[in-house]
Amino acid sequence: MSNRTVVVAGAGQAGSQAAASLRDEGFQGRIVLVGAERHAPYQRPPLSKGYLTGKVPPERLALRPPSFYDNIDVELRLGTPVTSIDVDARSVGLGSGDRLEYHDLVLALGARNRGLPIDGADLDGVLTLRSLADAEEVRRRLPAASSVVVIGGGFIGLEIAATAVGLGIATTVFEIAEQLMARVLSPGTASFLVEAHRRRGMRIDLGTSAATMTGTHGQVRAVWTLDGRSVPADLVLVGIGAVPNTEVAAEAGLLVDNGIVTDPHLRTSDPHVWAIGDCASFPCAYADGRQMRLESVQNAVAQARAVAAALAGRAEHFRAVPWFWSDQADLKIQIAGLPTGRDTVVMYGEAEQERFSAFCFAGDRLVGVESVNRPADHLAARRLLELGIPLRPVDLTRPGFDLRALASGRSAPVAPTS
Amino acid sequence: MPKVTFIRPNGETTVVDGADGTSIMQTAVSAGITEVVAECGGTLACATCHVYVHDGPIDALPEASGDEEEMLDFTACPREPTSRLSCQLPLSPQTDGLVVRVPPEQY
Repeated sequence: MSNRTVVVAGAGQAGSQAAASLRDEGFQGRIVLVGAERHAPYQRPPLSKGYLTGKVPPERLALRPPSFYDNIDVELRLGTPVTSIDVDARSVGLGSGDRLEYHDLVLALGARNRGLPIDGADLDGVLTLRSLADAEEVRRRLPAASSVVVIGGGFIGLEIAATAVGLGIATTVFEIAEQLMARVLSPGTASFLVEAHRRRGMRIDLGTSAATMTGTHGQVRAVWTLDGRSVPADLVLVGIGAVPNTEVAAEAGLLVDNGIVTDPHLRTSDPHVWAIGDCASFPCAYADGRQMRLESVQNAVAQARAVAAALAGRAEHFRAVPWFWSDQADLKIQIAGLPTGRDTVVMYGEAEQERFSAFCFAGDRLVGVESVNRPADHLAARRLLELGIPLRPVDLTRPGFDLRALASGRSAPVAPTS
Repeated sequence: MPKVTFIRPNGETTVVDGADGTSIMQTAVSAGITEVVAECGGTLACATCHVYVHDGPIDALPEASGDEEEMLDFTACPREPTSRLSCQLPLSPQTDGLVVRVPPEQY
């Protein structure tokens, strides 16, 4: 139908993909892509790594060339957030004061970094990193820093810390849990990462976090830990997770519960409103159907494509294999699947060479694979999970087992053991 | 500026002026050739920038690394002897005139 209007609220990876995929699906109506930031849609992953060192210049961050949106007839409204939704009138209000009517609304509102509510968190030099503007600030200050403290040992924190170490800056990471990324990584891979980073000169303190920060003349100088130690710091990065941007949806009466709640088609509690990417809580096929929120490029892109297909009349249950990647120094970390029910982990490859994959099973069922510097294992793992090709812990230890052959269909399924 | 010709899945041909040192993947993305998806942004993590190197100074391209070689088993469209991941193909004066074919699917 050519007279329909789709408003996409949020011009990040998910929103821009939704607009592009709608055209790919043959949608001929009006598409308006509304973004709070003033920049055209850009890639976030390089912001915490290559962008900080200058390896990825700003002009290479754009997800698509400037002419792209014109070419496919997508109206870009940048620098103005969606501030209200009227689901009965089917319209949104913008920060600019404008109103836009829609037939369907796609919420791709993203997430924002969790704040650290401690004394000193407002000192100059205490930063966080999510947007390009944040990254510009970190990039500006990093070369002059002599001592960096990163609070939170998640992907973004470790990427920034590894970048700082690579620049020769004394760098300490505080992680409040006893394990890095305990909700995601298996214990073996997590401790491998700790040791690998320590070998490269990073200091990682587990089981502690910042209690307070102190400074002089308004500039941060030290971070004090919960157990009473102090670490000098002239630059502090806070990376303790994100909270979904759900306020506008909640005010509009949409169901919100750690994310904007959707059904398996990514439709919210209102039939003309959809939610995708970091802000969406959807029933996840790889988490036994539990509502989940995933913050990743893959999830943003796959959900955008799914919603575009649904709006084109080809709705299917969303069930893409989740995957994540993180580049930390020369460590390429990739995860396929989710750790749902993980009770057995089998190492495959050479951990001493920093090239291995950890295969995670729930009983005899493969649920996830963590790879370090083994990108082909990662692709193989995604293929196994997507196609449901059976693989059991015992198969991996058989002499002559060929993962690539199994996953690429060049060998017969694993023979049953008697 | 080294030229690259992209033969797109619909048969259309797009000639792009690339820049020395940038990859064929980056050249495609900045020219709006969206069939080169490059989901990971060029970090050799995803295999969604698959191309077939079709014609031109093919010998001026670097050989595939072990990782790229293995990853080519998992492209969405069938692997052929000319298959490459375009994020691993830098442009240079020597690659001027390269012709690559873009497969219809990257997922």
